[in-house]
Amino acid sequence: MGIGRQQVEHVAKLARLALTEEELNLFEGQLSAILEHAATVTKLDTEGVEPTSHSMPLMNVLRPDVVIPPIGSAAALANAPAEEDGHFRVPRILDDES
Amino acid sequence: MNPTEAPDLVTTIGLEVHVELKTNTKMFCGCPVGFGGEPNSRVCPVCLGHPGTLPTMNEKAVEYTTKIAMALGCDIAPRSVFHRKNYFYPDMPKNYQISQYDLPVGERGSLEVEVDGEFYTVGITRAHLEEDTGKSLHIGGGGRIHDADYSLEDFNRAGTPLVEIVSEPDITSPAVARAYATELRSILEYLGVSDVRMEEGSMRVDANISVAPPGERGKKVEVKNMNSLRSVFRALEYEEKRQREVLRSGGSVTQSTRHWDEKAGRTQELRTKEEAFDYRYFPEPDLVPLEPAVEWLRQLREEQPELPIERAKRYQRDLGLSSYDAGVLRSTKALGDLFEQALAAAKKADAKQVSNWVTNDLMSLLAAVPEGTKNPPLTGSNLAELVDMVAGGDLSKSQAQQVLQKTLETGRRPREIADESGIKQVSDEGALEAAIDAVLAANPDVAERLRSGDNKPFGFLMGEVMKATKGQGNPKVVSGLIRKKIS
Amino acid sequence: MTELWERTAADLASLVASKQVSAAEVAESCIARTNEVEGDVLSYLTLTPEAARAKAAGVDAAVAAGEPLGPLAGVPMALKDIICTEGIRSTAASKILDTYIPPYSATVAQRLYDAGGVLLGKTNLDEFAMGSSTENSAYQVTRNPWDLSKVPGGSSGGSAAAVAAGQAPFSIGTDTGGSIRQPAALCGVVGLKPTYGLVPRYGLIAFASSLDQAGPITRDVRDAALVLGAIAGLDPKDSTSLPGPVPDYMGALDKGVEGLKIGVVKEISGEGVNPAVQTRFREAVQILEKLGAQVGEVSLPTFGYGIDIYYLIAPAEASSNLARFDGVRYGLRIDGADVENMNRNSRAAGFGPEVKRRIMLGTYSLSSGYYDAYYLKAQKARTLIARDFARAYEQFDLLVSPSAPTTAFGIGEITDPLTMYLSDICTVPSSLAGAAAISVPAGLSADDGLPVGIQFMAKPLDETTMLSAAYAFEQELGLLPKPPLWSPS
Repeated sequence: MGIGRQQVEHVAKLARLALTEEELNLFEGQLSAILEHAATVTKLDTEGVEPTSHSMPLMNVLRPDVVIPPIGSAAALANAPAEEDGHFRVPRILDDES
Repeated sequence: MNPTEAPDLVTTIGLEVHVELKTNTKMFCGCPVGFGGEPNSRVCPVCLGHPGTLPTMNEKAVEYTTKIAMALGCDIAPRSVFHRKNYFYPDMPKNYQISQYDLPVGERGSLEVEVDGEFYTVGITRAHLEEDTGKSLHIGGGGRIHDADYSLEDFNRAGTPLVEIVSEPDITSPAVARAYATELRSILEYLGVSDVRMEEGSMRVDANISVAPPGERGKKVEVKNMNSLRSVFRALEYEEKRQREVLRSGGSVTQSTRHWDEKAGRTQELRTKEEAFDYRYFPEPDLVPLEPAVEWLRQLREEQPELPIERAKRYQRDLGLSSYDAGVLRSTKALGDLFEQALAAAKKADAKQVSNWVTNDLMSLLAAVPEGTKNPPLTGSNLAELVDMVAGGDLSKSQAQQVLQKTLETGRRPREIADESGIKQVSDEGALEAAIDAVLAANPDVAERLRSGDNKPFGFLMGEVMKATKGQGNPKVVSGLIRKKIS
Repeated sequence: MTELWERTAADLASLVASKQVSAAEVAESCIARTNEVEGDVLSYLTLTPEAARAKAAGVDAAVAAGEPLGPLAGVPMALKDIICTEGIRSTAASKILDTYIPPYSATVAQRLYDAGGVLLGKTNLDEFAMGSSTENSAYQVTRNPWDLSKVPGGSSGGSAAAVAAGQAPFSIGTDTGGSIRQPAALCGVVGLKPTYGLVPRYGLIAFASSLDQAGPITRDVRDAALVLGAIAGLDPKDSTSLPGPVPDYMGALDKGVEGLKIGVVKEISGEGVNPAVQTRFREAVQILEKLGAQVGEVSLPTFGYGIDIYYLIAPAEASSNLARFDGVRYGLRIDGADVENMNRNSRAAGFGPEVKRRIMLGTYSLSSGYYDAYYLKAQKARTLIARDFARAYEQFDLLVSPSAPTTAFGIGEITDPLTMYLSDICTVPSSLAGAAAISVPAGLSADDGLPVGIQFMAKPLDETTMLSAAYAFEQELGLLPKPPLWSPS
């Protein structure tokens, strides 16, 4: 279950990581090695086994629809790398996913 | 578009509708839900996606979603799970959206719609619950995303509970698409779960439309930015025509996403290459599954209001109203409720009379009131009183219109208004005869012309008598008396 | 004379409450001790002496006024810098959060403040808790107080070292696959990972949400019980937090191990574990027998798959949890021509190599076409591990194993990520099962004189049995000698 260079580049794009050539090479080898090791898991017979996403069986944990006062825009923007007119400012958006 | 023009081509439309729920707080935090206001004022560490924060589920949003799914006839999932939909976008604080994937709240429903007396059933694939994103404001380049210099992010909307309702590709024309969206909006309004204001974005409609010869699959075109029911129809009509023309001229439709330009009245291509989005869905580990109790579901079912289409059918069937009248009365829940309350309280007027007052006079007055049909400023008992006064001859139609206007403005009872302003209809023959005699005496030549068979001055005489009675004479009685006098 | 900084949390709390010493004196002692050894140990990323003094003064005022005191009133503490503290920089040892000041406090931090705890500072860790040596911190490598050329373990290396070096009587770490227990073992202190859901996660900068738990690192078992009692319990801000009353952990300490059925995990007591560690572990098991426990061997066939399952699940969750660090709302921003490039540049500059590696691994194992083979498969395998544990607990009250396969290794000694991952081999399986576990010092290795830990693993929510056994064991073995750094310089 090796992972090819193209896949490494694709994954880096999905993860929004600008990786150097060196990093891409390094990760190609390391990810392959880790995945090869992890491949032992595929040997386990999991036929009919439910996946565990929570180790404790909780359900229907709900919150009443009651307002908690917001923190205010000054606190909201306190950590902002760039702001303008009470907004977080970002460079131009090329794709309109939403 | 006349469908008979190209019988060899079939239109297939599926709609994806997003509805913001009218809860007090956001889906996963206690921030208030609202519209407008100072940017980034309705936010907290959770909906800003700060490190370490966790979502907590709004029980009202779950209830509303379940009610919607029930109203759409969906199977309610015995176990429903939230997933993370992973993609980067600056208006999405965590760069994943908490949404639902293979275990939504409701699946496999349907919606019946009526177009020109014909009924169509549109399948509902699913209804699921998710969180809304924030809003980007594009600065420079005319405010459009593609040529903006930079953007500004406001997270007030981020985390607002959002229900996504996906239809099956069962819709065969833009008219049915509009009827579906209209019916859906009406149902949501009846359930009281959303403001369903398309212009404010609390209801958003996206469409997939393809045109192809029967039995073949057309290339899907996604149409976005339809901000009213009218634009849903116009955009799809435009797109249907465009695709038909492309096909008829021997070309092929490109799979793409297109943007509806309301002003220009056409769709514009946004992107063609559907980049294979890889959302990397996985179960949201910060939330636990929903497993609705049978008893709770039973209770919700009991609370379900009569759906608008059922109401319209009942008005026609049981009350003998026309399809048009029933359609107006069911157009909002409040209007239908008002009608029913008035009908229940009315002592003299019948269903047809009450209905006429709602569908004609009240509707035209409400046109001037913002959100008037959703929230008419009138009680059923006041409307009943007014309609009864007309039916009993206490008020003329035009007097009643005046009183209705005042009742809407002040909220006071019609009888009080009429009494106070001395608006009443005089039907007493004795009182009216005196007035008629006086008018005839003052206009002997006119009386003479009438007697000689010239009917022209009759209107003049009526006018003079009404003037003399300060408009209160019952026109029917007055006219009868004049005729009697001159015969 | 014993200095105040040498005392345990329980001792200090009672000294302050009984007015034998002031909280201010306690705080000054720990601040002075911290400054004395910090240059050698490098446990802390941020020190908060002024806030500590102010808090201690508040406690002293409460004592003077006869107000009711919390169970930790006047006790100094250190928090792993992955725990958000309002108004105090919280970095997760990452450059991407270099300037981040949270607008809120984690529930754990708030509960400790409310209990009267006096925050001394925020401790070092592997960036975003990803690592087993604290070498992955973007700021500094914390050193093991037993041997400054060795790692303290990780990821809660700063928290464990601070307690071992006498800088703080207790600290809070977080454990995803062993990040409390392994450094506790390597530093010769006690580290407790609670049952998943017992201690609220709200405010812990998330690594792997379905596994992360905060817990105490202390000098003895009694303090672990004391601190656990202060931080455990339902939190409405965490949907995965467990309901139910918090047991009296302190009150359960004296129950002993007599008659308890203790299973030695077959899969992790032999191969893969350093022989000197094995020797101490076997002696520890003999002590338990001597104390009256019924010891037997138990096999958990899937135990050995733990690491592989873990490295499919944890990075997947991490890749999603760490997507929020994008340079938009907080944290590091490196500009770019458009927002995508700004994101890419900020994340490239802000994350270290191990974090990038795990984001890549996790993104891959969730991506289209691989999800079923990797993530889903691992989640199913996780169910098998939980079943193995459940079966073992049908026969045994507690399971034991070494806490780590080796003693502390040299700084810079392990460079291959896979080899590093294997140092969590003892701790990962119980994390996957969601069970409680504690590492308690079991003596020093005959090879290198460095501490060895024994791990007790309990049924979910059976912390009381686990603590009573650990306490009995500790009482019988006696506390470790103090590390060389302990003696006055």
